[in-house]
Amino acid sequence: MKGLRRFIDKIKPTFEKGGKLAMLHSTFEAIESFLFVPDKVTLKGSHIRDAVDLKRTMAIVVLATVPALLFGMWNVGYQHFLAIGMEAAFWQNFWFGFWQVLPIIIVSYVTGLGIEFAFAQARGHEVNEGFLVTGMLIPLIMPPDVPLWMVAVATAFAVIFGKEVFGGTGMNILNPALTARAFLFFAYPTSMSGDKVWIVDKPDAFTGATPLGDAMVGAIDNIPYSPLEMFMGYIPGSVGETSTLAILIGAVILLITGVASWRIMASVFAGGLFMGWIFNLVGLNAYMDIPAWEHLIMGGFAFGAVFMATDPVTATQTTRGKYIYGFLIGFFAVMVRVFNPAYPEGMMLAILFMNVFAPLIDHYVLQANIRRRRKRWEREKVNA
Amino acid sequence: MSQTIKVRKGLDIQLVGEATKSLINISPQTYASKPIDFIGVFPKVLVQAGDEVKAGTPLYFDKFREQILFTSPVSGKVKEIRRGEKRVLREIIIEAGKTNEYVDFGSADPHELSREQIIGKMVQSGVWPLLRQRPFSVIANPEDDPKAIVISTFDTSPLAPDYNFIMQGTEEAFKAGICALRRITSGKIFMNVLDGKSTCDEFLDPEHVLIHRFQGPHPTGNVSTQIAKLDPINKGEVIWYLRPQEVLMIGRLFLTGKYDASKIYALTGSMVKKPAYYKTIAGACITEMVKGNLHEGKSRFISGNVLTGTRIASDGYASFYDSQITVIPEGNYFEFFGWAMPGLNKFSFYTQFFSWMSPKKKFNLDTNFHGAERAFVMTGKYEKVFPFDIYPMQLIKAIMVEDIDLMENLGIYELDAEDFALIEFIDTSKIEIQSIVRDGLELLRKETT
Repeated sequence: MKGLRRFIDKIKPTFEKGGKLAMLHSTFEAIESFLFVPDKVTLKGSHIRDAVDLKRTMAIVVLATVPALLFGMWNVGYQHFLAIGMEAAFWQNFWFGFWQVLPIIIVSYVTGLGIEFAFAQARGHEVNEGFLVTGMLIPLIMPPDVPLWMVAVATAFAVIFGKEVFGGTGMNILNPALTARAFLFFAYPTSMSGDKVWIVDKPDAFTGATPLGDAMVGAIDNIPYSPLEMFMGYIPGSVGETSTLAILIGAVILLITGVASWRIMASVFAGGLFMGWIFNLVGLNAYMDIPAWEHLIMGGFAFGAVFMATDPVTATQTTRGKYIYGFLIGFFAVMVRVFNPAYPEGMMLAILFMNVFAPLIDHYVLQANIRRRRKRWEREKVNA
Repeated sequence: MSQTIKVRKGLDIQLVGEATKSLINISPQTYASKPIDFIGVFPKVLVQAGDEVKAGTPLYFDKFREQILFTSPVSGKVKEIRRGEKRVLREIIIEAGKTNEYVDFGSADPHELSREQIIGKMVQSGVWPLLRQRPFSVIANPEDDPKAIVISTFDTSPLAPDYNFIMQGTEEAFKAGICALRRITSGKIFMNVLDGKSTCDEFLDPEHVLIHRFQGPHPTGNVSTQIAKLDPINKGEVIWYLRPQEVLMIGRLFLTGKYDASKIYALTGSMVKKPAYYKTIAGACITEMVKGNLHEGKSRFISGNVLTGTRIASDGYASFYDSQITVIPEGNYFEFFGWAMPGLNKFSFYTQFFSWMSPKKKFNLDTNFHGAERAFVMTGKYEKVFPFDIYPMQLIKAIMVEDIDLMENLGIYELDAEDFALIEFIDTSKIEIQSIVRDGLELLRKETT
């Protein structure tokens, strides 16, 4: 550790202003502060600071995705061997999935971080930790069979047009990971939906549709999976979205550490249940009749609720706004699923839609506060 | 007795180095009056190095409000007039004489004086700057009639001095001070005490002042928190506020006719070997308190508390409004993978570190920044340490873009920079929020006055 510190101190001047590699200053700084919390001390304001920083916070989100990731890796293998009709052991399944998913993760991080570093350098900023999470979320919402070049293109699109054009982490309007997925969904629909993409090297004879896909085409009664299987995640789907259980473990980590807003999470589920319940009451077709709670364990609903809707930058920022925002995400997600057969995955669209409306919700919450204060001013004026 | 007002939001930062309840008398060689303690004051010096002064002799006045005088806390000789960058007057240092001589302003019973006479005496003797106003935290304007005067008799900030201890045996001066304040406003006088037994509380007959009991974590002791619960400041309104030791100085002026600036300071912080209370005079040099009383290592000396105090040198001087000196270790070290450690020994507001499992533990915090500045990312956290019906992040953003209307609408008049100290402390993005708020208030003050 001390040796490493000495080495960093020795090469540091090269990257500072006037040094030979000054153009890589941001990159150097990012690596240095990753290895060592800087020796910077407080200059103005509070003389002491909380031990927390954005690195820690982001690292906890990444940690929370690990159960879904590990399960996803296993499930990729499991679905593959199931489809080709081969018996496989636990480790065989996992190993197969690991090698399938790892390249997606690497491509996502390399592309995204490369662009982030370049932008930080050009702006003379420090590299922001936001992409550590985005880079992990992107692989988790990709179909396991997605071509790697598509991951690269989508990540680049999301980072540049979803985030950097707005000014970088903290300034973006749309969730970058979902922007990546939406980009692929609309640009390369055949690789992102249907029943071919969810299982690696699927033989044609095997039906590989997700439960949502089945429901969409009206085969609601023939979904070959029980609710327990859907909850546990033994179903085809995007890498990280299938196991509600694994996602809930992540949710517990996020809630204990207070990193994600329980208000948003809870109200997304409430909104989904509410819409499902309304459909149950109406009951015009078979899809409307599936129990409301089943919506919560199908497709990307749980993953979206836990990891996507709770992104603090793109969600509403006021406490009251969070309830409204979350509720409407759940509400619209189920509505889109049932009403719009072209888009089985309503969650992605519902979240992106509400991302756009989040500032408006905050605006009205804020206006209520302002009105209350103005009324008080006027009341006092009258009294005086 | 009114019922206890409970403040739920906030954070008590548990630090080691609380002052033990023992009082040590000291009389340092030098004292200072520091114009930089006063917001918006442009000092015009009235003395030169070498001049003889008494306690109560004017040292400088404010160019913008010439009637407001700043007087010497002790008698002796002007040792040095210290200027900083751009010739900003930083400190006027007085070397104390053998005995303390006072300018005689004449003792008087405030009951028998008119409002003008009381204010005249306070202004002339230099106790007037003890009264500050909200909004903006500047020295009160003698021409205003505030809607209330607020006295917070307790401090909830980290390692704060215990006013129950400091105020023992000060009944006479305190009552005289309250009496003078009573005469200079037609508004209410709020005295806010901590729930439980309070020394100040016993001094008063509740007919003269409105006593409210408060309970809760920091920032319950802040004036803004209290006034927000009692009678929020509206646009165009002014309140005055002061601390108990300042009431005493006003009281003594009327009892004795002297500007008696004696004051008790709590010396606190983890670097101090024997944290205790010191009785001396306002503006005292801290050397005598800290010499031989510190642990090994590089220290930061703070006049005030760790959240809002001002950094001073090891031979610096206590600031005008502070009753506390804090010494904590500097944190200029690198920490290998510090952000990834379990953090049992790291104090944090967040449950991201495992130290949350030992809520009673006291911590030794240093001045390390624990990261670097980032854009706003996390939401919903500031509100947890901010007991106001105000949206802090939105207000900070309004200040950053200098949108004056929005700042007003979002409630900036009800706040001061110190109310954002906890937010600054817990901020994941490490933004220097207190100075942003200070700048916003200054902008507003210049635009509106």
